[in-house]
Order: sequence, then C-alpha cells, then structure tokens
Amino acid sequence: MIERIEELLAAGRAAIEQARDTAALEEVRIEYLGRKAELPNILRGVAELPPEQRGPTGRAANEARKALETEIDARSSKLAAAELEQRLIDDKIDVTLPGDPQPSIGRLHLLTQTRREIEDVFLGLGFQVKEGPELETVYYNFDALNHDPTHPARLETDTFYIGEDLVLRTHTSPMQVRAMLAQPPPIHIIVPGRVYRPDSDATHTPQFHQIEGLAIDEDITLADLKGTLLAAVKAIFGDEREIRLRPHFFPFTEPSVEVDVSCFNCTQGLLEDGSRCNLCKGTTWIEILGAGMVDPNVLGHVDYDTERYQGFAFGMGIERIAMLKHGVPDLRLLYDNDIRFLEQF
Amino acid sequence: MRVPIEWLSEYVELNLGVQELADKLALTGTEVERIERHGLSETDGFVVGKVLSREKHPDADRLSVCQVDVGEKVQIVCGAPNVDAGQTVGVARPGAVMPDGTKLKRAKLRGQESNGMILSERELEISQDHDGIMVLPDHLEPGTSLAEVLALSTDVLVLEITPNRPDCLGIYGVAREVAAATGAALKPPPWSEDPGSSGPLQGVEIVNQAGAELNPRFTARVFDGVQIGPSPLWLKARLMAAGQRPISNVVDITNYVMLVTGQPTHAFDLDRVAGAQLTVRRAGAGEQMVTLDGQERTLDPDVVLIDDAEGPTSIAGVMGGARSEVSAETTRVLFEAATWSGPNIHQTSWKLALHSEASTRFAKGLQPEQTLWAQALATQLLAQNAGATVRPGTIDIGAEPPAPVTLPLRAARIKKLIGTPVAEHRSVNILTALGFDVARTGEGLAVTVPAFRRADVTREVDLIEEVARLEVLQDLPATLPARHEAVGGLTERQRLVRRAADLLSAQGLHEVTGWSFAGPEQNQKLGLEHDAVQLRNPMSADQSQLRTTLLGSVLDIASHNVARGAETVRIFELGAVYKPEAVGSGKAEDTHLLALLTGAARPATWRDNQPPVADFYTAKGVVTALLDGLGVDYSLEAGRANGALHPGRSAILTAKSQRVGFVGELHPSVAAEWDIDQTVAVLAVNLDKLALPEVRRYRDLTSFPEVREDIAVLLDQSVTAAELVTTIRSAAGALLRDATVFDVYRDAERLGEGKQSLAVRLSFAAPDRTLTDEEVASKRAKIIDAVGKWHGGEIRG
Repeated sequence: MIERIEELLAAGRAAIEQARDTAALEEVRIEYLGRKAELPNILRGVAELPPEQRGPTGRAANEARKALETEIDARSSKLAAAELEQRLIDDKIDVTLPGDPQPSIGRLHLLTQTRREIEDVFLGLGFQVKEGPELETVYYNFDALNHDPTHPARLETDTFYIGEDLVLRTHTSPMQVRAMLAQPPPIHIIVPGRVYRPDSDATHTPQFHQIEGLAIDEDITLADLKGTLLAAVKAIFGDEREIRLRPHFFPFTEPSVEVDVSCFNCTQGLLEDGSRCNLCKGTTWIEILGAGMVDPNVLGHVDYDTERYQGFAFGMGIERIAMLKHGVPDLRLLYDNDIRFLEQF
Repeated sequence: MRVPIEWLSEYVELNLGVQELADKLALTGTEVERIERHGLSETDGFVVGKVLSREKHPDADRLSVCQVDVGEKVQIVCGAPNVDAGQTVGVARPGAVMPDGTKLKRAKLRGQESNGMILSERELEISQDHDGIMVLPDHLEPGTSLAEVLALSTDVLVLEITPNRPDCLGIYGVAREVAAATGAALKPPPWSEDPGSSGPLQGVEIVNQAGAELNPRFTARVFDGVQIGPSPLWLKARLMAAGQRPISNVVDITNYVMLVTGQPTHAFDLDRVAGAQLTVRRAGAGEQMVTLDGQERTLDPDVVLIDDAEGPTSIAGVMGGARSEVSAETTRVLFEAATWSGPNIHQTSWKLALHSEASTRFAKGLQPEQTLWAQALATQLLAQNAGATVRPGTIDIGAEPPAPVTLPLRAARIKKLIGTPVAEHRSVNILTALGFDVARTGEGLAVTVPAFRRADVTREVDLIEEVARLEVLQDLPATLPARHEAVGGLTERQRLVRRAADLLSAQGLHEVTGWSFAGPEQNQKLGLEHDAVQLRNPMSADQSQLRTTLLGSVLDIASHNVARGAETVRIFELGAVYKPEAVGSGKAEDTHLLALLTGAARPATWRDNQPPVADFYTAKGVVTALLDGLGVDYSLEAGRANGALHPGRSAILTAKSQRVGFVGELHPSVAAEWDIDQTVAVLAVNLDKLALPEVRRYRDLTSFPEVREDIAVLLDQSVTAAELVTTIRSAAGALLRDATVFDVYRDAERLGEGKQSLAVRLSFAAPDRTLTDEEVASKRAKIIDAVGKWHGGEIRG
C-alpha cells in the first residue's frame, strides 16, 4: 500500500510538472485529489485496514495528499501569474482610437444665461424678482405710466392689440405699477420678461426681452440710481467699467436719463490695429439702458404720497446686453436657434 | 432736426468747436445723431470773378470762352447758357476742391485753355439750380474770397429732439439750449421786431367752425405787391444746409420761418382763394378729397379741412392744396400761421399716411404764441426778399393763451431727489438761461414757465430735471440705496423654473427661444383644435395668433436644424403659452416646458455605431430625471394627450391628480409636416401646475444593508410592467424598497403565443435591522403568490 502511495505521489508530481496551464493543472488536481481519485480513497479506507497498517498508511497517504496540494497550489499560482501576464499582453488596445463621446451638456439659451446673470447681480443688491403678465391692459401699459392719451406709442403701428383695452405689453414697466399696488414701500424689484412691438428689421424683432428695475422708498435718489447701475455694470461687464448718465425723456420718469457704459472693446475709441472701434463708434461710450426717477404722476396712480416716497426705475434690453457682452453681431441669431450657435455659450 | 452751425451762430455766440458743442449737447439732453459737413470742405480757390468778355468757342456750339477778372485776368471755358460779359460770378480756380471731393485742374476744352470754372448754385450746394451759373451782386470786388461773401460751408448738427421738447424743433430754440448748456450769450429772437400790426385786417374773412380744441389759434396777414422770384443766395444756402430745397422766395420764407421758430406756416395766393375766405371745419364722414400728391383720400370728421368758397384747399396742419398755391404770377399773399391740436394732427397724418415737416411739428404740440413769432419774422423777410408790403392788421382767431404758471423750487427738494445739493445761484443761472423767470422767495425760488415750455414743465420736479441735466448729472456721485427692510431673493416658483432648465441642460438638451406668435395653420398641422388668442394688428398671417403650445415653435427650430444637417436634435423651450379662455382674468399665460429629441439617443462611436434612436423611452427617461430632480410626485399612464402624438406611443403625466404634461412620440404625419422623417420624441410639462416640492425628510438608507433578488415572471403580454410592479409592491409591503423591470423577453416559440417574460430586480431593506434570509424568502413567496393570483404569472427558472 505504501508503495502504491509513493507511486501515486510520483505520478502526481510528474503530472503537476507537465501541466501547462491552470486548466490542465485543475484536471491533475481532480485526477489525484478529487472525490473519485485513488489517494483520497486510500485515506478514506484507512479505517478498514488492519490496525498495524493504519498508522503508517494513513500517515503516508496524508503526507502525499498534502504534498500534492502544496505543489499544485504553488504550480497554480505560478501558472496563473504567467497566464495573467499573457492576458495583459493579449489585452493590448489601440489607444489612439476615439474615446466614447459622452452626451454633451446642454446649454441654456444665451438670453436665459444673460437674464440669470443680471438677476443674480440684483439679487445680491437686495432686489426681488417679479414677473408680470405679457397680456397687459392699456391702463397698466400706458395710462398708469403717464403716457398721455395721444402718445404715439399707443398706435397700432407701435403696439400689438388683443382688444380695445388689452395689449401685448410693450415693456416690462407695467409691473412697476402692479408691484406698487401690491405692497407699500420699500420696494426693490427687478422684472425680467418678454415684451412685444411691431418692428422687424436687422436691429428689431417683434418680440424681445427686458429687465425692469424699481426701487421706491423715502430716500432713494438719482445718485442711488447711478450707484446701483454702476455696481450692476461692473458685475456684468467687468470691474474697470464706468458709466455716465445722459439726460433723456421718458413719460414715466422725471428726471430721465440714458445710461452709457465705457467701451470694453477698445482703447480711447481705437482698436489695436488703429482702426475705429465698431462697438462704441469711436465715442468710448455705449448706450445700454434708460432710467430715471419715477414720475410723481406714476406714484400718484398708486396713491403714494409723492412728498414722502420717491425712487428710481430703469429698463434694459436683455438681447442688447447679451449681444454686447458676447459680440453677437445680429439680433436674429438669437431667434434662429441654430444648435451651432447655441452650443457656443 | 438739422441745425447748420452757420445759421445757429446768428442767434448765439458759439464759444466751442462743433465736436465739443455736440458733446456738450449730448450730455445735457439733446441727442446728436451725427455731425455733417454741408458744402465745401475747404474754401481756398473759390473767389469772386467779373466776366470781362464772352465769346463763342470756335469748335463747340455750347461752350463759351470767357475772359474773367479774378484779381488777375484768366481765360475760362464755360458751358452755361446764361454766362455773359459784365456778370459778377463765383469762380473755382485750379486746385480748388469741389464738394464732391474732385480737385479742379487747369484744362483744355476742345483746344481752348480753361483756368477754372464759373460756378452754378448746385456746384456749391446752395440750391439744386444747374440751369446756369450763379450771378452775384455787382458791387463785389473781383478776387475776393467767395467765402467772405457767401456761406460756402457749414457743419450741420443732426439732432434727435425728444418729444417733450417741441421748442427745439426751431433753430432759435436750439440756440437757447446751446446758450444754457455752454454759457454762451443768446441774442434776442429774430422775431422781436415786428413790422406788421395787430387789429382788423381788410379783404379776407376767416371762420373757425372746427372749434378751439382742434384749432386753438389761427392768424393771418396779407401781403401786397409781392414779387415772386428766387430767394437770395444766403437764404437758399441755409435752407439747403437744413435739408430743404429752395423753390421760390415766398415758399422759401415759409420754410425758413418754420425752421427758425418751429411754427409751420402756409402762403396762399390770395387771388386764388375763392371768395377771399377760409373756413376751418371738420371733414364730413366719407368725404373724398384729392391731395397734392394726386391721391384720392377718404376722410372722416376727425380730419380738419380748410375750405375756401369753392371747397377744401388743404388738410389743416398736414398738407396744402394745389389750387391756391403761390405761383410765378402771385402778387398778393395770404400768410397763415395757425395752431392745431397735436394729437389730432398726429392721428390724421398716420391715418392718411401723410407726413410732412409741418405735420410732425404740429403733432408734437406747438404753443399758440409761436404763430405771432412766425408772422413777425415772415413780415420782415417778405419785405426784404419779395418786395412785399404788409397790409395793416392781423387776423387772430382764438382764445388768449393760458397765463404763465409760476412754480416753487425748493433747494431741499433738489437735494432729496438728486442726492447732492445745488447752490441756489446755479439753479437761478440755469433756469434764467433756459428762458424761465426766476424770483427768490422765503422758501426758495419762484419760477415762471415761458410759453414755449408750457406743456413740458408743470411741476417742481420738472424744474429739478432742468437743473439736474444742466448742472448735476455730469458729476453726480454714485451711492447705493439704504436697505431698510428690503430683502432680495428668488421665490420657490422661480427656483423651480431655474432648476427645471438646469435639469434638462444637464441631460444634454439645449435651450431654445421660440416665438410667442403662431399662425392658424400651426395648430392645424399639429392636429390641435385649440382656440388661440388673436392679435388685432398682426405683422403677418403666420404671426396673427399667440401660441397655445410650445410644440410648434420647438418643431420649427428642430426642423430648421435638421434642414441644416443636424442629425441629432435635443432641445427644449421654457416659455409661455396663451389661453384665450383666460384672457381678461389677468393670468392668460401658463409657463410650459417642452423638450424634443430626435436622432441618436446617445452619440455613435466606432464600437457602437448604430446606437438606438431617441424614442418614447428616451423621452420618458428625460422626463423621469426632470420630475425626480424637481422632487415632484407623479404618475404616468398610457394615453394620447393630443392629436399631434403617436396613438400607441404616448402617455399622460399626472401629479396630485392633475394632468401636468405628456410624453410620447410625435405622430409621423405631424413630423412630416415639419420635414422630419425620423422618430421624434417629445415631453411637455406645465410648470405652473406643478406643486412646489416639499422639504425632503431624511430616511436612513445606509445603516442596514439591502438584500437584492431578481425574479423573472412569465405573463400575458397584456399585463403592463406598471401593473406587475404594483402587484409586487403591494404583496411585499414596506420591506420592499425598490422593484425595477430590467429585462423584457418575448419569444412565441419558447414562451408561447402572447406571452412575455418580465425580469424584475427587487431590493429589500428595513430601516431598523438587517433582514434575515427567512424574511426575504417569505416576502418572495408572497410576491410569487400574488403574481400568480392576479396576473396568472409563473416564476421562471
């Protein structure tokens, strides 16, 4: 019996030696150590042997099994390492093939980005954001904003009418009056929104977007208007920007001003190549918005005490700010919505 | 408004260069569109000449060879028919630069030497006359620079006058503004001398039947002995520089007077005014009239006409009539200067599409005092330049102009509104320069408003604006408002809208901005039967309504991109749709969001070069991410929200038992209407109908592990995934954290006709303990039981 065990051990060792890969080695393991293999059978049969043979046979068989196990394990890790090595070599890829394109992140429309940017500036300055109806009454769109009954802006050439007393709002200013009716001062609001005028050419679309601003309290001054707009302009166009106020006329503000921002495209009106700046036309200033102190007649419409309360209002075009800031040359690009345009911002 | 500097300087002593002046005006409230140069760019080489002799050119019928004294004797070949010996003329010598930029050279014309050019008026831009050379007064010395004799060149300020300042529609009004803005001295108005007289005027009768509201003032004078002829050169040159074409002295004077005073005037040939009478009246309803431009126009009672004894001669304030126009034969002139209702003229000129220098001025609202300024200035000019004698008296119909208003101006109020103090004497100086009368009172200033600012300055704040624009604005400090109780921030609804856009762009969708307008055919093409809000005055038929859905605009944009070669389009719009039934309720708009996906569901690669195309499930995936991201509890059921959708591939979204949107594939025939021949998936949500998300409460998902199991169930195909999952959930109860269908298998041969196998991934967990195998096994058994009981489903494998 002992001899048989030694034979098996020798044969097993030879088989281990010959196994060329882990699969072959596994077969060797089954052949010599598996459930139906001879060596384990011998071990299981030890109890039936005569007592004097049990000890030596059991010992020999056990040692042979352990030896085979150890050698198989050793051989196995050796073979596995070699196989892994080979697999890594086989797994080599062409790293120059294109990577998987991920779905690109979509972009908010440039008008939305610009609107949010402006909103965020004024949120930081303590303003709230209000939205008003696009279908607006003649009262809020014109009457309450001190447009006299014959003001040309009321003509059908200048305003879209839905009915006798209902229009598509021509500006975001009606919300000034609605906001003042809804709450007492202090009021600090901005009103972004879509507005409409029957105009269509290179610089006008029949729908466009504005942001209105309104600040009413007991002590809001024209100088506060300047400071507020200066802060906003610096946030939007850069810290080096300056603004200037030029007198103008609007029916619902008095005094009224137009606001220019110092040109961010040129030096002293000239481009680097010495040619005249096309943005400011060489003037070093770019008009960006209209503003003023709210006219007492408007405050009167909401029964505010005009000796006590005062404040400023302003209105800016989102399209204009977006185009200036990003150098978009044609308003209509914003409404063509070509993906190649949208993806740029 | 064109203001020639040469003309302006007659009324104000200009102390600045033209560019500085323009800048000053721009910063004090008068917008300068541009500065133009009128006439010669340089006047060197333009001199007075005397024609000494004229002989016919030996080799050219139409040319003359002239010897001209230009300080020295030179020979000039001239083509004008009227050139003759003895004339005093303008000569451009070799080297002179003409207004069009050409530099004159010594030349030979058909063999005859020519040392310059004898000038016509058109060549100098003094008039459009090119029939012959310009003949100057005899007393001028030959060789004198022509610039000393005539205004050969001037800069012209092209101004945009704001509607509140009709006083600046006259050059004298601009001069007053210049004086106030620059501190220059203003000269007295040119109408301060009036050679005419008031009192009754013989020989004409004028009646105002239209009433004082439409015609507050009508003034007229009569001039006898009028000699019609060309205007003097200086007058022509000024009109040309101001953009008016010279015609004849009397007509030119009506224009000149208007340009100085802002008051339009009209000259009638009195002998052609039938009955020597004028009647101002409203037109009859439907009354027809042929206007000067030859068009027959239908009038209404809001149009004001001026009749003579034979009927209408003109539309008041808008257009004169041909019948009583002055002509070469005119000797007696009826000179009219009237005030008309601004709004009425505005309305009439828009209604008839007739716009003139006169009507645009009247429309802005002129003051009645201006009529007599115009009469005074015209009386001077007609006497000087048309040999006219003014008949005594002036017809003057209308009420006394309103008395001047005096307003208080408090220094404290200026500071409170502007935010910076203004010294009282500064306010006094500015207001005085602008023509206001200022007196000091105990409380500040008492300021009397001149007639020409009557409409614009009615309150203290209007005076503050005058002071602010001229004194304060350029050095205004920049301060920030005191905050008091004001607090900034977005509302929850505004944050929801922002988040919705962010969630879609994070999934690779680009936001687009479409038109609110739509045409009636849009909903037809979409198979929608919505009523739409109609515009009364649309710009075109395809913009005659307001959209009832974002589908149209998003499809327009998708189609635009597909037509330009885009293979994959993933876009969304967030905007208003308009509900006709809610018009008048104050809330006719709903904020919708609509996304569209067409083309590859994910980008193709070299190892996945046929990715699936975006379809219902792609859109459902997007809307799931959107609504989950917004924290909205929603459900989805098969159903066709509208006729634009595929009948078998669309579903309705519901939240809090309200319909809030839909998801689906577009009906192929609708997509085809937009020239898209591939699957188009869409999803839409009415953001206004979504409840605001509730604050999310913490759940413990990490302390105890999940147990995951997969089961596959053999079912009839009629059982939906949602039905199966619902059954599983109710059978398993609270310990089942999640159940997701992850495989669908249909094979008639292996599973049987009409059968399907749905594989579901289950995950079990309890918040307070680790589940035992037995607990999970018992839940699994209950699930198998319920699936068998409710759906006849069997567990596979």
